[in-house]
Parts: sequence; C-alpha cells; structure tokens
Amino acid sequence: MSRTSIATILTVSLYAIFLVVSWIIGFGPGQEIRHNFVSFTLDMLKILPCAFILIGLFEAWVKRETIERHFGEESGIRGYIWGVLLAGTTVGGLYVAFPVSYSLHSKGAKLGVIFTYLGASALCRAPMAIFEASFLGIKFTAIRLLVSLPLVIVTSMLLGKYLTKRGYKIAERK
Amino acid sequence: MYALYAITGLALVISLIVNRQKTWQALKIAASRFINIAPRFLVMLILVSAVLFLIPDTIIANYLGIDNKYGAVLFGSVIGSVILMPGFIAFPLAGILLTKGVPYMVLSAFTTTLMMVGFLTYPVESQYLGRKVTIIRNTISFFIALVIAAMTGLFFGEIF
Repeated sequence: MSRTSIATILTVSLYAIFLVVSWIIGFGPGQEIRHNFVSFTLDMLKILPCAFILIGLFEAWVKRETIERHFGEESGIRGYIWGVLLAGTTVGGLYVAFPVSYSLHSKGAKLGVIFTYLGASALCRAPMAIFEASFLGIKFTAIRLLVSLPLVIVTSMLLGKYLTKRGYKIAERK
Repeated sequence: MYALYAITGLALVISLIVNRQKTWQALKIAASRFINIAPRFLVMLILVSAVLFLIPDTIIANYLGIDNKYGAVLFGSVIGSVILMPGFIAFPLAGILLTKGVPYMVLSAFTTTLMMVGFLTYPVESQYLGRKVTIIRNTISFFIALVIAAMTGLFFGEIF
C-alpha cells in the first residue's frame, strides 16, 4: 500500500471518529462540520454520477481520430475555441472538469487545449455566468469574461507547449 | 440540473438501443473511474467541511469590507484561493456585499480565485495533473485573477 493511501485511510478514520464522538457528546463544532460535510457531499452526488456516466459513454463511443482532429495538435486555433465552448456547457466546477480533461487528453487532445478547457470551465460556465450577472451586473461579468479568456488561452498555450516538450502526460496517478 | 439528468438519461437510452455491449463497457469505465478517484473526493470533502467551519461567511464578509481596498483585494484573492464555496452561496453573498459598498474589484478577486484556484481541490487535481503541474496551474490562475481584479477596478473607476 502506498504512503498516500495510508494517509487517506488515516485521515478518513480520524475524521469519522471525530464526527461520531462529537455526535455522542453533542460537541457543537463537530455537528457543524458534519452538517457542512453532508451538504457538500449531497451537492456533489447530484452531479458526479451523471458526469462519470457521460465520461464513460464518451470513452466508449467517440473515436480517437475525431478528438485528434478537433482538439489535437493539428486543430490549430479551432481546438482552443472548442475547448472554451465545451467548458461553457460543463456543470459543477473544476472538480468535474479534471476527469473530463483526463479523458480528452487520453483520446488525443493537446495539452494547451486541455488547460484552456480547465481555465474556462472555472470561469465561463454558461449557467454560472448568468447567475453571476444577475447578482453583480452584466458589466462585471462581461469584463471578467473578456479579460480572462485571452489570458487563459495564451497561458494555456505556453504551458502546454512547455509541458509537451518535456513529455508530460495527464494520467490517473497512484 | 434537470437538464443534466435529461441529457445523461437520453444519451444512455440511445446508446443502449444502438449497441448494448458498448453501453455496458461505458458503464464499466464510468464505475471504475469513479471508484479510482472517490478517495480523493472524500479527502477534499473532509477538508472543505473543516475549513468552512473555521472560516465562516461572516468573517469573510467582514474582511472584504475593510476600508483599505487594496488590502481587501489581497485578502479576497487569498481567501478565495483557500476556500471552496458553491456559486449559489458565493454570488448572493457577493451581491449583498456590493450593496454594502464593497468595491467591484474586491468581489472580482474573491469570486475569480474562488472558482479558478483550489487549495481544497488539490487532492483531486493532483491525482490527475500531478503535483508540479497542479501547483503551476494554480499559481498562473492566481495571477490571472489579480489581473482580472485590476481590470475590473480600472473599468469601474475604483483602482485609484
């Protein structure tokens, strides 16, 4: 067993013990932390199963050549545009975008497009942008989108080029 | 949210009709991917639940509202990087702070780092991207957020 998995098991068991003891002795902060944990977990469980099913379908059905053509080395600037558009439809947030980017990369999407997709799925998800504009105004959201997109794309290109040269791959690490 | 369920359901049904074997394969991939990353998600949720308790909304609101707006931008970007908050809490909070006179650029620094920079998503992110690239991506994102905040301040005439 690796060191990280031992650390994970330890963290989870200590946390579980803490919650149970807090529940028994009625320790306030423990109750509040449990409440946070439950509400966040439920929130994620509303999204994650669907996200992973869609990832599975994507892996089974979409041909490698298709992804290489639209998101790969030959895609040029179009790949970045696809990356941003795909991000616009992403739900949840970055934590959903990470497994998606792993699938895209393993099917031949280039790194620059992957980092663009990650940055854009943090900032340019369509439902979130609309929600944000309703609280902070359209001007605020427009500035944020127009300033962030070029920065995200340019830094992603540079980072992608640099890492590609060094033979870097996105993988499920142990 | 319902759109997500509808799309997933429809995709599954179509896939089943066209090719049952491939659909089964897709579900197996989905399950094994999910199981592989689940421990990291669990650690992330544990961190989130503890940090949200240690740094409640009221403290965030207090510090974002301090008179020194540059200090507030800095605080907003650091706190936004550290915590994780769903949009349906973060934006209404930002909306309230706006009506209390907190500058746009402070809210920009806070909400942008909240979404782009993730201390608490580190367990999940590093599993896919690796430790080094996770740190590089978050550092770049932090500076992008500062530039966005500065531009927001400029366009709203708050920066000087």
